[in-house]
Amino acid sequence: MLRVARLVAAKDLRVELRSRVVTNQVLPFAAIVMVMFAFALNSDAVVSRVAPGLVWLATLFSLLILVQRSFAIESADGATDALRAAGVDPAGIYLGKAIALAVELAALELVLLISAVVLYSTELRVGGVVLLVTTFVAATCGLALVGTLYGGLASGVRGRETLLPLLLLPVVAPVLIGATRATESALGTGGATVADGWPWVGLLAVFVALFGVGGTLAFGPLIEE
Amino acid sequence: MNPVVHLSNAVAVLGQFPALAGADLSVQQGEIVLLQGPNGAGKTSLLRLCAGLLPLARGEAIVLGCDLRTQRDAVRRRVGLLGHANGLYVDLTVTENVRFWGATVSATKAEVDGALQRMGLAKRLADVPVSRLSAGQKRRTALACLVARRAELWLLDEPHAGLDAVGRDELDATLREATAAGATIIVASHELERAGALASRVVEVIGGQIRPVSGEVG
Repeated sequence: MLRVARLVAAKDLRVELRSRVVTNQVLPFAAIVMVMFAFALNSDAVVSRVAPGLVWLATLFSLLILVQRSFAIESADGATDALRAAGVDPAGIYLGKAIALAVELAALELVLLISAVVLYSTELRVGGVVLLVTTFVAATCGLALVGTLYGGLASGVRGRETLLPLLLLPVVAPVLIGATRATESALGTGGATVADGWPWVGLLAVFVALFGVGGTLAFGPLIEE
Repeated sequence: MNPVVHLSNAVAVLGQFPALAGADLSVQQGEIVLLQGPNGAGKTSLLRLCAGLLPLARGEAIVLGCDLRTQRDAVRRRVGLLGHANGLYVDLTVTENVRFWGATVSATKAEVDGALQRMGLAKRLADVPVSRLSAGQKRRTALACLVARRAELWLLDEPHAGLDAVGRDELDATLREATAAGATIIVASHELERAGALASRVVEVIGGQIRPVSGEVG
């Protein structure tokens, strides 16, 4: 399973390096969303207060594009069917695609965090760095795992482009809430302390464990349908 | 010698519709068997059943010595199905695609290089992205992936579709070489003249059942 996961992850990342869809399309999209939030809120105080939530909202919108893209490269020339026909371990495919998605998300989140510092005057605190990094790692894993599972679910059905947001966004609501609260604590937004953030990281960890195990078990039957 | 494919009264269902209605077929190693028949007759369903992608509802299906009911995954790892799509990653090069599919069965570098060599892809086309290949070159790349995967049974659905005359000749030569190297091939095609000349046996699929046209069936 892990050998297949490594193989699929390397393949997906190589495809992205060649096509540059993430760097040329998704990153600019995420940056534009951040700028639009600033325009819409039109108040430094408000923007600064809600910056963590805006970062994670922009991440979720970008996640939808990344997941669509991740499965579009499989369906473009019938590779999903070919993977099934070749008897490639579906759990390995699931983990491999989730790893590649997590790497792309991590790059995206870094850009969004830098955007928040530049556009929203968000201040990073030394004391909150460990919490901030842990939150980003846990939330990224959670989003990648659930995104891959629902991407696989939607990839085989008609109208998948519109179905995916409908299915995915409600499911990732706990990640949005947990990651936003934990990020607020790490940044000290609204007087939150670092200690306030760790329980939310616990929620993210539970989410990761649930979708890590559930997704690994469910992905095979799901793409088989 | 045990047949590579043995179907006995095989029944398969697609949704609510019968795709195969009691098909009998026996294919020996090294044969190229042509499936002919009208659209919707069950040719593709027969290929997908042999590939372990379509569940067997009733009857018996033994592929490469494995029972399709109980050893479906083992069959899938040893069979290569090439449908209307090629199953390639268009942003990757020819070599990267063949290497990826070879790696799914832990193929060595020598095996991957051998597959590229055998399909005439080793020199000029090895580092070309698949998106820049012609239809025939993509087909050859897909076949190289089957070779790298060490597929023992090739199931080809309309392999000549979209190829020009040169591409068709190259494909035929490739298939003859593959059987000489020990592969067994079942081809579904509407190109009866060309595929018929290539095949060692022709069978007709009508209404989900199989009838011999040339050679012996069952």
